[in-house]
Amino acid sequence: MKRKIAMYWGAGCGGCDVSLLGIHEKLLDLLDEVEIVFWPCATDFKYEDVEKMEDGYIDITFYNGAIRTEENEEIAKLLRRKSKIMVAYGSCATEGCVIGLANLYDREEILNAVYLNNETTPNEKKIIPRGKGEEVKLPEFLPAVKTLEQVVKVDASIPGCPPPAPVLEEALNALLEGRMDFGKEVALCDECPRKDTKPDKIVIDRFYRWHEKEDDGSCFLAQGMICMGPATRAGCGGECTSAGIPCTGCMGPVPKVKNQGIAMLSAIASIIENMDEEKERAIIESINDVAGTFYKFSAAKLLPEGRFKDES
Amino acid sequence: MKVSIDPITRLEGHGRIDIFLDEKGNVEKAYTEVPELRGFEMFCRGRKAEDMPIITARICGVCPEAHHMAAAKALDMAFNAPPPETAKKIRELLYNAYIFYDHALHLYYLGGIDVLMGDVPKEERNVVGLIKKFGIEVGKGVIKHRRYAMEIVKMLGGREIHPVTAIPGGVSKPVSEEERAEIIKKAESCIEFAKKSIEIFKGVFETKRWNEMLGLDTLKTYYMGVVDSKNRVNYYDGDVRVVSPEGKEVYKIKPEGILDYIEEHVEEWSYVKFPYLKEIGWKGLVDGKDSGIYRVGPLGRVNVADGMNTMLANKEFKEFRKNGVVHETFGYYHARLMELLNAAERMHELANDDAIVGGDIRTMPSEPGEGVGVVEAARGVLIHHYKLDDKGLIENVNLIVATTNNNAAINMSVANAARKVIKGGKVDDIILNKVESAFRCYDPCLACASHALGETPIIANIYWKGKLYRRLKKDA
Repeated sequence: MKRKIAMYWGAGCGGCDVSLLGIHEKLLDLLDEVEIVFWPCATDFKYEDVEKMEDGYIDITFYNGAIRTEENEEIAKLLRRKSKIMVAYGSCATEGCVIGLANLYDREEILNAVYLNNETTPNEKKIIPRGKGEEVKLPEFLPAVKTLEQVVKVDASIPGCPPPAPVLEEALNALLEGRMDFGKEVALCDECPRKDTKPDKIVIDRFYRWHEKEDDGSCFLAQGMICMGPATRAGCGGECTSAGIPCTGCMGPVPKVKNQGIAMLSAIASIIENMDEEKERAIIESINDVAGTFYKFSAAKLLPEGRFKDES
Repeated sequence: MKVSIDPITRLEGHGRIDIFLDEKGNVEKAYTEVPELRGFEMFCRGRKAEDMPIITARICGVCPEAHHMAAAKALDMAFNAPPPETAKKIRELLYNAYIFYDHALHLYYLGGIDVLMGDVPKEERNVVGLIKKFGIEVGKGVIKHRRYAMEIVKMLGGREIHPVTAIPGGVSKPVSEEERAEIIKKAESCIEFAKKSIEIFKGVFETKRWNEMLGLDTLKTYYMGVVDSKNRVNYYDGDVRVVSPEGKEVYKIKPEGILDYIEEHVEEWSYVKFPYLKEIGWKGLVDGKDSGIYRVGPLGRVNVADGMNTMLANKEFKEFRKNGVVHETFGYYHARLMELLNAAERMHELANDDAIVGGDIRTMPSEPGEGVGVVEAARGVLIHHYKLDDKGLIENVNLIVATTNNNAAINMSVANAARKVIKGGKVDDIILNKVESAFRCYDPCLACASHALGETPIIANIYWKGKLYRRLKKDA
């Protein structure tokens, strides 16, 4: 019998849904093996259809997107109940992704920025969407972004923003065989095309931002540009570093490392080791945006309750 | 009585439609709500400017190239670093590959199913049903050509989804001769695929069923789109042109001036705002010359332009526009098909241009300031506006995205279609799908629209005299 599969999006961008189509011709083989019972992006099954299913009816649910509204949370719980295996698919579901950066701010600050203090929005009546009484109900915007694991039990996670095709194919094969062990255990540097130029000891006076400096093709850290490679899980093959842009960390931390930002900061600490205070300060100041640099994809995991102020 | 469709499906993002029926069971009003918000305007503050093309790509994984480019163009301006010719052409080539694969997605996986499959039950209304009906060869052609276009995006942008190479002042990676040769080959094949697609859809355009679809909704609105110096459609760069419902040019605006012409209205029942032409004003959800509501996307672009910039697509344009501007909402499909062909032809043209393999790919940035970036996302005009502080960090961000521009029109189209097809309280899966087919014309991307907040799906609850009377199943 064909395995029953569901794909759902919480607060995400749809890139994960597109990435499933991104296995291209192999999608036809996959469709021979599985039956899609719920996938709002590509099929017409509705919430009621899911509610009607017996508990455990779905073999594998792939949940992409983070938990930002009460609706995201309700559907995550509904799908958990209806599924044997629950997979966090992609960076939003596993790490919170860039929208986790919203946890640096209060919910009301966000609503005000969008609806009240916005130069193209006159909004004289000062309306903030909250629904229209009994007539139209909007799901509540939760105080903070959460990962899927912070809401329901997760059986396996597929990293990446979105998961690159080789990572996804390996994960799909494993999951369809009933295995939860997949993915690489090493850092991106291990498979980076610039690997041979990474020095044992990095010596710099300051960090440069990638728009400020011509790339000479060698290890970005050696050039003084922050590259998240040492703290990021391998699997993409170095797509960004091959294209002239440092890694920004979308694959999340290496397995067994919980905090990707701390892992990267400790790599940086080794650079400033034994430096005099003035030089050290110059390097730290040249980082500019600590949260957005080291926690671009994992702020939700770091700040599950939100409301953290970046004092850097 | 209220009928809800939850979630609305075969689109990008969350949405819900609530339809209210009067005592006789006819449609009184309908709302298309977007119950999702993510807050990009807020959390982009304080970020490094050069991160914006990477962060804002995550507004939408279906059209990341659009946000990536709008961000890069806003930064070109903010850093006063106009990209060299080669960089501009590489960006435009990548951009046309994106328009191609995104339109192919809509035509064969999302909205196009309504046109190609007709009134079939929901189990068949998807790409698997489409392959069963049209054969595996059509399915393979779709998959192959979307792959070709995405491979071109990866070659130029570094990644298939969420590209990274557009930086302030240019791009981070040149194009090699080998890559160029491969792009030319793939573009040739894409042109043939687009021609074939037009043939397949035209098979439907000649049927009675198509006339019924065209009759579901007509809106006489203003239209907005980016045009080149000869007033032809251009997705990557140009001035913004606005035409009246009669097809007369009302404005032609430099991208940096666009925000002086638009304002956004807020309703309590949707997280997504309602933009309108400032000078004409917000008159509520009505069309016509006195209402500031405008439409964008394929129909908007084709209605504001005097032609297409490639030969075969221009032929289609002449046929489509022979009686002036087109107001039927299902006209979006023909417009989208001609753009599919145009994007393939333009890829071919740009790859054949020797400048594409040039070595001068970036201008180094100068002092940070303020910048506006405007592009045509597949779904319409997309505007990024940034203010940078003296360290080049983001101080303020305003984003007006394609689907948001169409928010008012989508609401009207859904209400009109509902009025046409729901009579005497009779509702079933096929009827509700006709209502949904009206919003799918726009290929809405509610992830984009809800960059600020969140997303909504579509369900059907029936409210009778103010109370939940029955929860309607779409397959009832």
